[in-house]
Amino acid sequence: MNSISRRRFLKISGATIAATAAVTSLSTVTKGAKAINEKTGNSEKGIRKVPTYCSMCFWKCGAIGYVRDGKLWKVEGNPEDPLSQGRLCPRGTGGVGAHYDPDRLKYPLLRKKARGEEKWVRVTWDEAFDFIAKKMKKIKSEYGPESMALFSHGIGGGFIKHLMKAYGTRNIAAPSFDQCLGPRETAFELTFGDVVGGPERTDIENAKCIVLVGSHIGENMHNTQVQEFSKAVEKGASIIVVDPRKSTAATKAKYYLPIKPGTDLALLLTWINILISENLYDKEYIKKYAFGFEQLKAEVSRYTPEWAYSVTGIEPDLIRKTAREMARYRPNTLVHPGRHSVWYGDDTQRARALAILSALLGSWFRKGGLTNQDIFDIPAYPYPPYPKFNKPKADNPNKSKWPFGGAEGYTTGLREATITGKPYPIKGWFVYGTNLIYSLPNVKETIKAIQKLDLLVVIDVIPSEIAGWADVVLPEAIYLERYDELFHPYFKQPFVSLRQPVVDPPHEQKPGWWIAKKLGEKLGLQKYFPWKNIEEYLDTRLKAAGLSLKLLKEVGVVKGPKIPLYIEEGAVPEFNTPTGKIELYSTELSEKGFDPIPKFTPPEEPPAGYFRLLFGRAPMHSFSRTQTNRNLMNIMDENELWINPVMAQRFGVKTGDYVRLKNQDGVLSNKIKVKATERIRMDCVYMVHGFGHNSRMLKEAYLKGASDTNLITKYKIDPLMGGTGMNINFVTIETEA
Amino acid sequence: MARYAMAIDTRKCVGCADCVAACEAENDVPYGYARDWIVQIAEGKFPNTHVEILSERCNHCSEAPCVDACPTGASHYYEPGGIVLVDHEKCIGCKACIAACPYGARFVHPEGYVDKCTFCVHRVKEELDPACVSVCPTHCMHFGDLDDPESDVVKLLQTRKYHALLPEAGTKPNLYYLI
Repeated sequence: MNSISRRRFLKISGATIAATAAVTSLSTVTKGAKAINEKTGNSEKGIRKVPTYCSMCFWKCGAIGYVRDGKLWKVEGNPEDPLSQGRLCPRGTGGVGAHYDPDRLKYPLLRKKARGEEKWVRVTWDEAFDFIAKKMKKIKSEYGPESMALFSHGIGGGFIKHLMKAYGTRNIAAPSFDQCLGPRETAFELTFGDVVGGPERTDIENAKCIVLVGSHIGENMHNTQVQEFSKAVEKGASIIVVDPRKSTAATKAKYYLPIKPGTDLALLLTWINILISENLYDKEYIKKYAFGFEQLKAEVSRYTPEWAYSVTGIEPDLIRKTAREMARYRPNTLVHPGRHSVWYGDDTQRARALAILSALLGSWFRKGGLTNQDIFDIPAYPYPPYPKFNKPKADNPNKSKWPFGGAEGYTTGLREATITGKPYPIKGWFVYGTNLIYSLPNVKETIKAIQKLDLLVVIDVIPSEIAGWADVVLPEAIYLERYDELFHPYFKQPFVSLRQPVVDPPHEQKPGWWIAKKLGEKLGLQKYFPWKNIEEYLDTRLKAAGLSLKLLKEVGVVKGPKIPLYIEEGAVPEFNTPTGKIELYSTELSEKGFDPIPKFTPPEEPPAGYFRLLFGRAPMHSFSRTQTNRNLMNIMDENELWINPVMAQRFGVKTGDYVRLKNQDGVLSNKIKVKATERIRMDCVYMVHGFGHNSRMLKEAYLKGASDTNLITKYKIDPLMGGTGMNINFVTIETEA
Repeated sequence: MARYAMAIDTRKCVGCADCVAACEAENDVPYGYARDWIVQIAEGKFPNTHVEILSERCNHCSEAPCVDACPTGASHYYEPGGIVLVDHEKCIGCKACIAACPYGARFVHPEGYVDKCTFCVHRVKEELDPACVSVCPTHCMHFGDLDDPESDVVKLLQTRKYHALLPEAGTKPNLYYLI
């Protein structure tokens, strides 16, 4: 299986829609420019509005920055943008706080003492680049360029990726794959021959029935999805939520299934069995498009609702009722594929079950299901070819560890290679925009790997914990202060958007593109940076697509033509699987010796006196990177420990008390405030990820709340694609706070 | 006459607090203070827990105890619309209004005067919705004139069930929560 979606790969290299897109959209573009002024109000003088796109999370909503008297005032949604539709989420709205954050990195820093002691000397950019270039040249001559690795998250890392490839390494990874959506994308590619994508192809707003399995929309604040979810609620969609916690979404549900954590696959297989045994599935669709129905039918017949009750704790009647409910509304039923899906180490198989369920309901390429998507094609910049990469990738050499996935690289694979020196030494890390200490499980391994390095460079906007371990810290301008790569994702409405500076950086912070170009020049890689500045780069790319930088600077977003979304509208699903069909039975899994149809295996139980530790999102924070943003901390400045009141009483704690958690390996957390609530089961506790910072340079965030990641010392790797299942840690409560 | 009010759909609200973030930026609310906030109320036993999510702020009461309590006339009704405002120049920071308000909507601004939600009167004058309403990604908030039969607020109150906060306080609040 190709690591980029095969269908998408063909699309990128083959026919493009750019030419037609540009022509149709240009006529509407001037209207767009006017709209920014008309629709957004605040017509008073002295106010400047600059369209750009957000970076408070990875969703990248079109936004408009307001500058009043030369200072950043507020950020609102761009009404022309298909993702935000004129409305940002709390993080986007609170993005102002990222600009004014007093804890920001201000100048390049060089480590003065031992790694991790956070003692620094302020240096000039030139000194910092000299230091890095010298070390990188040494690594190249002693070990080869492959011995540099890059960990990168978000679109901002694009220029650093380019720099690393020009230098000669492909050892690049992002936690967004093996610590996040990897299992889901792998499963959907195995089943439908295509990924779900991000932004997801979920047609939430037109769904008549929405099934959320552990997906907490409204707390995970993927703007477009939340907007569509709200519309679906208004239209009276039937909502089914499966979650050990009564999430925000669960409070809107017609059916709430308070499942025992770790048993979702048992429920999904039972639902599949009911759809088949009660003849509720879409027979015509399955007959036309699917492969392996008979094998599926035989395999799932043993998963009865009565059996599932004993495993999941969900009443057989409720399981039957919800299966019939989904069938009643098919094909306009959306079984949401979720996003963060690294839970128990068999996650690709669970996501396969979600995909199979969607297939049985006939909802792929159907209204209210999973729609067609396309891209506004913008040709890549005509760079010279990168140097040849002769060694196997270090994270998963020749796919010897995990046969599937790999486009975004495997972070824990790179970490392991750094520790073991196999298949070859990794001696330098670049880290862009990802706080590895809070994104990778088992922090001890991360620190062990860091100790093996000759060079650790961190590019960030705040002094994150990973910056505390760096040799050199490079302060980046925040998204409102810089140009970035163009954003043109696969989406139901193809579009391209521009990020441009709204205000200047307040200190010596510089944009990623500038850092890459300047360092590239120090490394003698000038030929890979032939553009004078970013404007020239962007204009070259845009002109090749029939657009221009001037235009994008005015309007922020240009839409392509509408595309058919559903089979009924003329969209033709192509299943790039070996059989050319939806693989209910996976021939690829069978070939590699894995279960071709998912099988349920129960997860390990917590020991007596312990809870399963669950974690998730709050709508006003992103990962561990917004806890110094005063606008957002003013709304939520610590995380809480959700615990069932019965269990709280058993441990002698009540709402508002501060406790520490101790995990199965004896690791103790920071203090965390108890929230005794009738919104969670008794066998698990829950906290929002991203709090409990221990970097003293993060003054606003320091020791506020507890870190789930520090308690995640155990993780279970998905043998299919290297995802790190993290919901397998157990904690008990220490009241001696 | 106009009487401004808000109708907030608790079924659509996810409690994301974008309304709070928007108010902070729009009105330069100082760090540590808030003119609006989110309350989540859970009732009943798990798993049959009922949860109501409320975006709260000054209720711009038609019979506002804060206006009655104010010794200087700083707290007043802005017309047209009956928006309860505080005149910063007249306010002496005595906190009588804070004690009188049953909703906890007021605070002493670091600059010495009492501050609270203004329904974004500066935007209302421009015929724009208050900032909190205009940003809400769930479109759960509606602002309008109770005396205008064509306004969304009136139409929603005619067709949906709703409740107000502490009606027993006799303040005639103008925030309505659709259930």
